[in-house]
Amino acid sequence: VLLYLTKRVLAMIPLLIGITLISFITMHLAPGSPTDLATNLNPDISEMAMERLTKLYGLDKPLHVQYWNWFTRLLVLDFGNSFSPDARPVIEKIAERLPVTISINVISLVLVFIMSVPIGVYSATNRGSFFDKASTVFVFVGFAAPGFWVALLCMIFFGVYLDWLPISGLTSLGHEALSFWGKIWDYAEHLAMPVLISSVLGLAGMSRYTRASMLEVIRQDYITTARAKGLRESAVIYSHAMRNALMPIITILGLSLPSMIGGAVIYETIFAIPGMGKLGFEALMGRDYPVIMGVLVISSVLTLVGNLLADVAYAVADPRVRRR
Amino acid sequence: MNTGKRQRYNLMKQPSLLLILAAALVLAAATASAQDGPVTGGRIVYGSLSDPAGLIPMVTSDSASTDVQTFIYSGLIDLDKNLNFKGDLAESWTISEDGLTIAFKLRKGVKWHDGKPYTSKDAMFSYKFMVDPNTPTPYAGNYKKIIKAEAPDDYTFIVHYKEPFARALLTWSLSQLPSHLLKLGEDPRKSPLYRNPIGTGPYRFKNWDPGSTLELTANPDYWEGRPNIDSVVFKVIPDLATQFLELKSGGIDQMGLTPIQYSRQTNDAKFTNSFRKYKYLASAYTYLGYNLKEPLFKDPQVRRALTHAIDKEEIVKGVQLGLGSPATGPYKPGTIWYNPKVPRFPYDPELAQKILAGLGWEDHDGDGWLDKDGKRFEFTIITNQGNTQRANAGVIIQHRLAKIGIKVELRIYEWTAFLEYFINPGKFQATILGWNIIPDPDLFNVWHSSLARPGGLNFISYKNPELDKLLEQGQNVLDPAKRKVIYDKAQVILANDQPYTWLYYPYALPVVHSRFMGIKPAPAGISYNFNRWWVPKDQQRYQLTP
Repeated sequence: VLLYLTKRVLAMIPLLIGITLISFITMHLAPGSPTDLATNLNPDISEMAMERLTKLYGLDKPLHVQYWNWFTRLLVLDFGNSFSPDARPVIEKIAERLPVTISINVISLVLVFIMSVPIGVYSATNRGSFFDKASTVFVFVGFAAPGFWVALLCMIFFGVYLDWLPISGLTSLGHEALSFWGKIWDYAEHLAMPVLISSVLGLAGMSRYTRASMLEVIRQDYITTARAKGLRESAVIYSHAMRNALMPIITILGLSLPSMIGGAVIYETIFAIPGMGKLGFEALMGRDYPVIMGVLVISSVLTLVGNLLADVAYAVADPRVRRR
Repeated sequence: MNTGKRQRYNLMKQPSLLLILAAALVLAAATASAQDGPVTGGRIVYGSLSDPAGLIPMVTSDSASTDVQTFIYSGLIDLDKNLNFKGDLAESWTISEDGLTIAFKLRKGVKWHDGKPYTSKDAMFSYKFMVDPNTPTPYAGNYKKIIKAEAPDDYTFIVHYKEPFARALLTWSLSQLPSHLLKLGEDPRKSPLYRNPIGTGPYRFKNWDPGSTLELTANPDYWEGRPNIDSVVFKVIPDLATQFLELKSGGIDQMGLTPIQYSRQTNDAKFTNSFRKYKYLASAYTYLGYNLKEPLFKDPQVRRALTHAIDKEEIVKGVQLGLGSPATGPYKPGTIWYNPKVPRFPYDPELAQKILAGLGWEDHDGDGWLDKDGKRFEFTIITNQGNTQRANAGVIIQHRLAKIGIKVELRIYEWTAFLEYFINPGKFQATILGWNIIPDPDLFNVWHSSLARPGGLNFISYKNPELDKLLEQGQNVLDPAKRKVIYDKAQVILANDQPYTWLYYPYALPVVHSRFMGIKPAPAGISYNFNRWWVPKDQQRYQLTP
């Protein structure tokens, strides 16, 4: 088992290097540079100042030299300093934001899992029922609706019209003065909409997968055998069928990590949540190369780790994989 | 003077409320004066599109930072509600006959937020800070023109220039920095003051939660007296739609509206009861600029004909929903620099057609488009993505020009690509863009022929030796009356040549929660007297906790 893990971890390294190399190149191919945005069309800024900035950032060196410099620093986990005028270490900026994004993603992942499995199982076992049809419609609407649009509608409805939930941010003003439970409640209120929206969108796909894989499993011979043994229907479904049906779901959960991080960019920007998605978005707009690369590396690592965890979980759940 | 990261001075996408300078009042909302006079207390919440980069002025250039810095720091001089100079940390100043020396008499008894007195040492330091090669500031140019600065005693500060510099006084609105807390030669961005500033302004820094909120608190020792409102909060909300919803639900107290929000989405009783809307001309204009390297636009008669063919009123109506006014030149009506007596080319499509026919542009082949020597009159207008007003203006222009037989194509590009591939190298035919109008009339950077080069702001390559001479003169004359003569002439030249078709001046459309009293709109906008705004006791939502 240990050997398997080591192999997997080692295989991640060239993959990661490849990812950083490609992103580094595409990032520099994109029009605009960090110096432009501060200096373009600005009469107060002299050209000398622009050259000085270019030199300061090391942007005058050839691309491969820039990459090598960046890469050697990465080996000692130094992501450099941000190009934005705050010039803070990238690692500090990310560390400040990462917990928020991870907690939101974990909460919505858990929500997705606990809601989509029952929905999927129920739709599969009661195929063609009203519930199945209704959930199909709901799921397709959820899948097709653009997240930012749903978010804005929810904000208008819950935030402005009903005035139940705060519209944006992570905390209210005066959060520090609240009691412990008051703080928790404050977070909960602020996170309700973003978490719900991101999980409803995730729910759509996941419940479909569960339904499909459940349907497939139900047709298998061993289910017929289980029924023939005279087991109760619930035992057939929940202990025999569901276990097997959940196998592919584990993989899909692992694979959905990158799309969740991608989604974070959208809802963190709309809901003004100070997470990594918003940081990445701002860095991208400001061509803040070190921060873009930092966010990319961290999210690639997270994705790769997510995949690894999914594989491990798969191996734990399925003895056949372990033997291979 | 700063307005916006990638859209400073110029291509503003939305006016920064705190910085709207120079504005002619159109609508004065009568403030319901509560019985009792101004009281202290209360809190105002602003929405900010991004987290400030840092809080040491002149090192940053983003609007979020500038918005916060305005509350914390003060300069030697400031602009009053009519955009005239007034003393701030300088009580008074004298300019020598030859215009080469300015002597500031500094105010006594001003204290830094940490209690230390403000003296000429700090003024000297602020100057040295700007010209120090280690200071990462893009604004050093203005201060490098000084040949000698001296501080003979604690309350006198004198600067000498090599040659007269017209904008000199304005550059002394420079935020003053504490000499006892900063050191020359060190990167100011590494200083603790960068994230925990000490200034002399009306508000003190209190707390900064990166990426979400920043809070300031009233400075009881402010030289002009303690501001009424206890607390100023900036909430980072990167999305404009979200900001608007936050405003509606009471999460923020002030923002600038878009024309559509102003005229269509804020008329329900709930909104009009809790907010007051203002409108006045913003310090900006939108224009259609012709690339004069194109043979098509070489002849000023053609450009005048194009202006005749474009209905500016229609653009104001269609694009700004009437919330703007047709533009004729680079200055704002109602300011002293504006010359109302320039040649105008009003909407008159027949005249436009006649002028063009006189130049040989007629529909010879009968395909509906004008042509000359077998070449059709067609060109492409480009503008940047993310600014619907500009795109819509383009569509209206396209329609009007088609009516007189000119084929126009409209293309919209992402901002950085737009600048890098088209504007900076001068590879375009015509473009719709906007400039901010600054309090000083200097037009050198946009119109002088020396800046008609790749990356220069005169990207339409306008070259007129007569105008060049005026602009050079204008930079060296300090007397406003003499400058007025120069720039009046410059406006006539520009109007005659029509290198741009000036389209419109948009309105600034700020909205403020109605619990704030004491707002008196003036040419400078509404924020100039912010320190005197107040909230009646029963409507205060915030108590200052010791």
